[in-house]
Amino acid sequence: MNQTPSKKLLFISRHAPYGSSIAKDALDAVLASSAYDQQLSLLFMDDGVFQLLANQSSDGIGQKSFSAILPVLPLYEINSIYVHYESLLKRQITINELVIDSVQIIDSAAICSLLAEQDQLLSF
Amino acid sequence: MSTLHTINKSPFAHATLASCLQVCSKQDGILLLEDGVFGALISAPCAEEITTLIEAGLKVYALADDVNARGLQEKIRRDIHITDYNGFVQLSIEHNCVQSWY
Amino acid sequence: MIFSLAIYAPPYTSQASDSAYRFALALLENDHTLYRVFFYQDGVHTASSLSTPPQDEIRYTQNWQTLAQQHKIDLVVCIAAALKRGLLNQQEASRYDKPAFNLAEGFEISGLGQLVDAAVMSDRLITFGG
Repeated sequence: MNQTPSKKLLFISRHAPYGSSIAKDALDAVLASSAYDQQLSLLFMDDGVFQLLANQSSDGIGQKSFSAILPVLPLYEINSIYVHYESLLKRQITINELVIDSVQIIDSAAICSLLAEQDQLLSF
Repeated sequence: MSTLHTINKSPFAHATLASCLQVCSKQDGILLLEDGVFGALISAPCAEEITTLIEAGLKVYALADDVNARGLQEKIRRDIHITDYNGFVQLSIEHNCVQSWY
Repeated sequence: MIFSLAIYAPPYTSQASDSAYRFALALLENDHTLYRVFFYQDGVHTASSLSTPPQDEIRYTQNWQTLAQQHKIDLVVCIAAALKRGLLNQQEASRYDKPAFNLAEGFEISGLGQLVDAAVMSDRLITFGG
């Protein structure tokens, strides 16, 4: 596709699942990006952390479940999946309630540093 | 490397500005535009957090057209810089990345 | 510098679409390059040839068309977002046996990969969400 060196792309997903399409649209963009041989990372923060809850049964609202989609992310060349600690804390979500166990829980200061390392931020 | 954060929601109605301030560094910049310019009011939620970060070095800007449209010309904090779209372009160049909080 | 814009908000409903257009004007006036404008989510509505605003309101579809023509900008509409919202080019309308197509000239339908490509090929990617 291109001769440029690979870039560090961080997808930031901040919206709750189902109420708007933003969360699903973010995931679709993340999955599409895996074909481009870049250094990809994904950060869940604010209401975005709700996407990671296990036991989502979304048939009743006619949407695909995030609990079913998210576990495949580690198979898609996503370097790192980060979850904002303070967002989990505010929503009283514990790590054992999350549907992926290979995530890195990081605090606000670490997110600050994470942003500074990126070449592009894809904001969702 | 630093980040330019753009905020387009009022902090009176949305938590986006508060979230941004949590993960902002003092080298970063914040641009308030659209309804985000309400964050430039002295009365805005997060006003104290903004003061702390500005005193540490953070630069906060508000887009003039949006400030004027909303009649806020005399109500903007003095430590927030009013800028225009040329300034927005320049800020996006001075910082390495742009994070849009919407 | 090379810029790309990602527009996720529709015109008229949210100011984001207008902000994106004004930003595009400013960066071009400052002699920067606009590599691609990628319309996703409800932003795809910008590409409707059927948009008919009142006389005294801004015609965003036409404005983007003119700007793209003048500066050779790639205006890309995400195919998945477009189809489900009823934005179709002639090919897709034919493929899905639809009675009409409405993608405005100058806009191209393509995949999400074009957003990633824009991120890779540009120095700056700016998102305008509603």
